[in-house]
Amino acid sequence: MTDNLKDIPQYTRKDFVSDQEVKWCAGCGDFSILAAIQNALPELGVSKEKFVFVSGIGCSSRFPYYVDTYGFHGIHGRAAAIASGVKLANPDLSVWIMTGDGDSMAIGGNHFIHILRRNIDVNYILFNNQIYGLTKGQYSPTTPLGQKTKTSPFGTIEHPFKPGELAMGAEGTFFARAADTNPKQMKEIFIEAAKHKGTSLVEVLQNCVIFNNKTHVEITAKETRDDHQVYLEHGKKMIFGKEGNKGLVLDGLKLKAVVIGEDGYTMDDILVHDAHSSDAAMAFLLVRMSLPELPVAMGVIRAVKAAVYNDLMVQQIEDVKANSKISNMTELINSGNTFTL
Amino acid sequence: MATKNNKIEVERMVIKFAGDSGDGMQLSGTQFSDAAAFIGNDLATFPDFPSEIRAPQGTIAGVSGFQVHIGHADINTSGDQADVLVAMNPAALEYNMKHCKPGATIIIDLDSFTEKAFKKAKLDSNPLENGSLDGFIVVKAPVTSLCRATLKETGLDSKTIDKTRNQFVAGLLSFMFNRDVKLGEDFIKEKFAKKPKLVDANVKVLRAGYNYGDTIEALSTTYIVNPNMNKKGKFRNITGNQATAWGLMAAAERSGLNFFLGSYPITPATDILAELSLHKALNIKTFQAEDEIAGINSAIGAAYAGNLAATTTSGPGLSLKSEALGLAFITELPLVVVNVMRGGPSTGLPTKTEQTDLMQALWGRNGESPIPVIAASSPSDCFDYAFEASKIAVEHMTPVILLTDSYLGNGSGLWKIPNMEDLGDIKSNVAKPNADYMPFVRDKETLVRQWAWPGNPGTEHRVGGLEKKDGKGSVSHDPKNHALMTKLRAEKVMKIADSYPKQLVYGDKEGDLLVVGWGSSRGAIFDAFTEFHEDGHNIAFTNFNYMFPLPNDTADIFKKYKRILVCELNSGQFAHHLRTAHPEFTYMQYNKIEAQPFMVSELKQKFNEILEVK
Repeated sequence: MTDNLKDIPQYTRKDFVSDQEVKWCAGCGDFSILAAIQNALPELGVSKEKFVFVSGIGCSSRFPYYVDTYGFHGIHGRAAAIASGVKLANPDLSVWIMTGDGDSMAIGGNHFIHILRRNIDVNYILFNNQIYGLTKGQYSPTTPLGQKTKTSPFGTIEHPFKPGELAMGAEGTFFARAADTNPKQMKEIFIEAAKHKGTSLVEVLQNCVIFNNKTHVEITAKETRDDHQVYLEHGKKMIFGKEGNKGLVLDGLKLKAVVIGEDGYTMDDILVHDAHSSDAAMAFLLVRMSLPELPVAMGVIRAVKAAVYNDLMVQQIEDVKANSKISNMTELINSGNTFTL
Repeated sequence: MATKNNKIEVERMVIKFAGDSGDGMQLSGTQFSDAAAFIGNDLATFPDFPSEIRAPQGTIAGVSGFQVHIGHADINTSGDQADVLVAMNPAALEYNMKHCKPGATIIIDLDSFTEKAFKKAKLDSNPLENGSLDGFIVVKAPVTSLCRATLKETGLDSKTIDKTRNQFVAGLLSFMFNRDVKLGEDFIKEKFAKKPKLVDANVKVLRAGYNYGDTIEALSTTYIVNPNMNKKGKFRNITGNQATAWGLMAAAERSGLNFFLGSYPITPATDILAELSLHKALNIKTFQAEDEIAGINSAIGAAYAGNLAATTTSGPGLSLKSEALGLAFITELPLVVVNVMRGGPSTGLPTKTEQTDLMQALWGRNGESPIPVIAASSPSDCFDYAFEASKIAVEHMTPVILLTDSYLGNGSGLWKIPNMEDLGDIKSNVAKPNADYMPFVRDKETLVRQWAWPGNPGTEHRVGGLEKKDGKGSVSHDPKNHALMTKLRAEKVMKIADSYPKQLVYGDKEGDLLVVGWGSSRGAIFDAFTEFHEDGHNIAFTNFNYMFPLPNDTADIFKKYKRILVCELNSGQFAHHLRTAHPEFTYMQYNKIEAQPFMVSELKQKFNEILEVK
């Protein structure tokens, strides 16, 4: 996918801005995701025509119209399936799925787990605003329990999914979390996702300014974010807090947030992040951390090397070809049991 | 060895093999038909099996059958009734007796006719003794004990030995049809190539069966079915599902496109997926998706990325694919959707055949989304129509639905191996790098848009399920534009009919009665029609393969006949379609909804009724 850099024009963000008017609501978190993508693409060393953006249905899924490359706006829930076909038809493409929590966690839930299980080499950007925006404010599978929405006027009575948990359950090989309030970090994470071989899932905590405003504010607000987020980097200690004095330790089978220097905890007790561990147990604990007991994990939580579906597919075809006596249709239809009458 | 039998030459014979699901009847049937093809007979086969993999042993529900129709004459169906029935147990006999011709030869395994077996088959008494087989020639062969005796020195366990029973029958039939027993041996050697021990055992039993036939008095007559002289060239015995898979692969080769199948297993279409999965050497990509929806959507993605893409399914699966079909239609991407029809509605009768998805194929989508529908009419022409469906899809940039059915898909017939060059080319129109490229600019003549593949520089564009502006393709909610696009999409599809060959009419060019069929009913209707025509009746027959758009010459044909009779395996879906497209004609109907193919005899009876009324 990464071409010879000399042959690739030096793109800028503008090269990826399409002539379509962007029609999201003013103040929507999607704008910053779009900008972060358009800023990340020029740094990937991939020719512009090799990018394909595939989406389903929902506000997030209008995304492909706004990026000046190949794009396919699909149907509700099916972006992962369409993108799988695009990638397998031409493994040389850089394929990006742009989808939301309704599109991916509800109607497209089946495709979500199976693309992760297969580990097809695509980038899967999940805009999680915990609401159905395009249909105007119904609860989604990620809406917190008890929240009042158009279709839950007395509060929801169903437990929400955490996309990361589902991803770990499906043995996803890459999971990262970013927030629409931090475009710089988002861009870096998108670049990491693009580099990873396999299905790279990025959950973006995205704000729906109209129907679910400030749903992530506890995590993302300037005043509280340092204490409410832990930004994970491979090989580094899991430290957070305004003062940088908080950290994560393992307490039995659970994670625990501690203050370094208190209760006998020292820096040596703080866990070191291993994003490359093939065992997903720690990643599972990390993705499910939630307020108020624990900070929310951000950054690349899991990035492990594993067999990639499209590579195996290509390899299998090559292997079979090398051992086959049949190389075209004429040979095939004349092989085996034939009868001359 | 001197023979005491009369040999008689026959034009055609129908042989039915029936036993428990695990008795190897499908194998016996295939073996018998391969040998028939080898000596030059024309043939058609049709397996008839329960939807359970191993239904309770010895019960009627567990009976698995395989019917073979062989002939010196041209063979167009798998046959109405059996001339020879092989029944491995009482249940198989009970279930199939009613489908035997009077005077038919019935071969049974005498060892399996026990009180216990009668109970399992829910029989009150022994059919060998209660007179129910009067009028049939019954060959009571103790197959199980003869197999055990033949193999007792081999050290094989009794379960393995009993599994050779089908080869005893094969040997017996080999004698009965005056065939060289070596044909059966060759089949066994190939089938069990990796298990030499089984080759020896099965060959021994095969010979034992042959010699048994030669020795006993019961077979007073043996048959010679001479080679068919109308068929010349190189042939192979092929099932409809295999032919469909090969037709798609041939289309990939003749178009120069890579092939992608996104599919999900479903009876009776699964064999197409399985067949295509074998041919990675020909660069065939198969993706077994997580569901029917992912199957078609992955194929749409592959089509967008420049592959010849297909998805294969059966009725309920087509229902699940309808939304995505609309997406393929509005994005105007080439896609072949194969529907191997089965008995419905819902799960219905998964292993049985029916033509009940025509309406679904024609109209089963939201919005105005006319999609070309074509139907194959024999196992071997599934190849031609799979190729044709691909050609229409690519050359007209549209999804195409190909209808086959369980009868065609699982049935087999002789296929004349074509010369690949004779199939012609499939020409895709891929956009060249062009700063002014617009995805929905159309060819003035055909109204077809250009295909632009990701990875090709200079034709970057966005498509999707939203209504698009004429030419440019950007999202548009303009009322007049929507009207225009709806019209253009429909006109584009209607123009496909300009590329059809002439609609074939058999029999009189004008007259009393035109019999109309479609798809897989062709064989049975053709045979019934032929008899009437040869008897001097003023009758004609035309079978439709192009269901939508209909051939341009349809009305010109119809107007030459006083009466039109539409025969189909549903309650009148094609008749309804014709009434809408050509309301100026009156259509009589003959319908069968038993999830079984037409029998020639029942069609003849219907023709008789109609022709009697002047």
